[in-house]
Amino acid sequence: MSDKEVKNLEEIFEARITRDEKIEPKDWMPEKYRKTHIRQISQHAHSEIVGMLPEGNWISRAPSLRRKVALLAKVQDEAGHGLYLYSACETLGISREELYEQLHTGKAKYSSIFNYPTVSWADMGAIGWLVDGAAIINQVPLCSTSYGPYARAMIRVCKEESFHQRQGFEIMLKLANGTPEQKDMAQDALNRWWWPSLMMLGPTDAESVHTAQSMKWKLKRKTNDELRQQFIDQTVPQADLLGLTIPDSDLKWNEETGHYDFGEINWDEFWQVVKGHGPSNKKRMKDRVGAWDRGAWVRDAAMEYADKKEKRKNDTKKAV
Amino acid sequence: MSKKNWPLWEVFVRSKNGLEHRHFGSLRAADADMAMENARDVYTRRSEGVSIWVVESNNITASNPENNGELFEPAADKVYRHPTFYDLPDEVKHM
Repeated sequence: MSDKEVKNLEEIFEARITRDEKIEPKDWMPEKYRKTHIRQISQHAHSEIVGMLPEGNWISRAPSLRRKVALLAKVQDEAGHGLYLYSACETLGISREELYEQLHTGKAKYSSIFNYPTVSWADMGAIGWLVDGAAIINQVPLCSTSYGPYARAMIRVCKEESFHQRQGFEIMLKLANGTPEQKDMAQDALNRWWWPSLMMLGPTDAESVHTAQSMKWKLKRKTNDELRQQFIDQTVPQADLLGLTIPDSDLKWNEETGHYDFGEINWDEFWQVVKGHGPSNKKRMKDRVGAWDRGAWVRDAAMEYADKKEKRKNDTKKAV
Repeated sequence: MSKKNWPLWEVFVRSKNGLEHRHFGSLRAADADMAMENARDVYTRRSEGVSIWVVESNNITASNPENNGELFEPAADKVYRHPTFYDLPDEVKHM
């Protein structure tokens, strides 16, 4: 195809997106659109899969059966979300194996938030309330993104996600109204998860290199800073309701803007974690790769068994 | 490393009797039985369906958007296939 032809196709393509038309897998798309989507959808899928690890840590130690079934169901949802997203990503012409390879070799990123350890039961509450809360804010606009398979996966994800946040908030509520030790535990979890949750919404608009293009493709509908402000505005009253204190002395309501002002985010910490130097990066990857490698014989055996069954079926057919 | 990768399957779910099966998404599985079990776990965790079809993606023949013109455009100028093409007196109220 000549440069002129490509340019023409690109113009038609951009016009379709402007008209809010969806792009489907077999439609022509600019190479950059494909690559950007593979990057974002796979990061998203990896985050769901790695996100199971910090919570999986607490399934066997949940304080009651009620909490245990809820946490199990939540972790199972995350596996499901990862799978929806991997198959959406595969429609762009990348194989599942390549995607796993990119995760396992560190070439692909996942959400920085999962590189923090889960040291107490209250962390299950804080993750559901804050981390899933921030994720929802990030994800809801994606339900109307331009790439059809991604948008459809996100609609399903968003439907399931609100239980995650509610179960987390309920854990926090119970602890906050419990013994002084339990309340301390809840406060401690909030102290540790607050800032990473704010960072999770991505670098500031000034630092975010992909924002402009992603907004154009509706891969992003609001900037990181807008999403962050929305998260803070909605979460502060919830913390008040819990009787817990958000660990930010600069946090205060701004009558003029109608938003909360908040303190400086430690972006050095964010970039350190993104670059692999967070408290749990190594452990997460070791656990993930280990689980994958230890499962290899199961995958192989399943394939062998499927082939054997198929062969037997064909032999029977021939015999008849 | 696995010797062979699990093939891709497409999942169709009937949400309730009276409705058609609708494409829900895809998944990887070694064979049809596993595809069915995985479809149950991945796509119907919250009573989304009463019936599931799984079909290996290889077995689907799909039209190519490049051919959309020859495939679908001929229908565009056949207005006589629609009821509004026909002029009837107002006295004929419902037809």
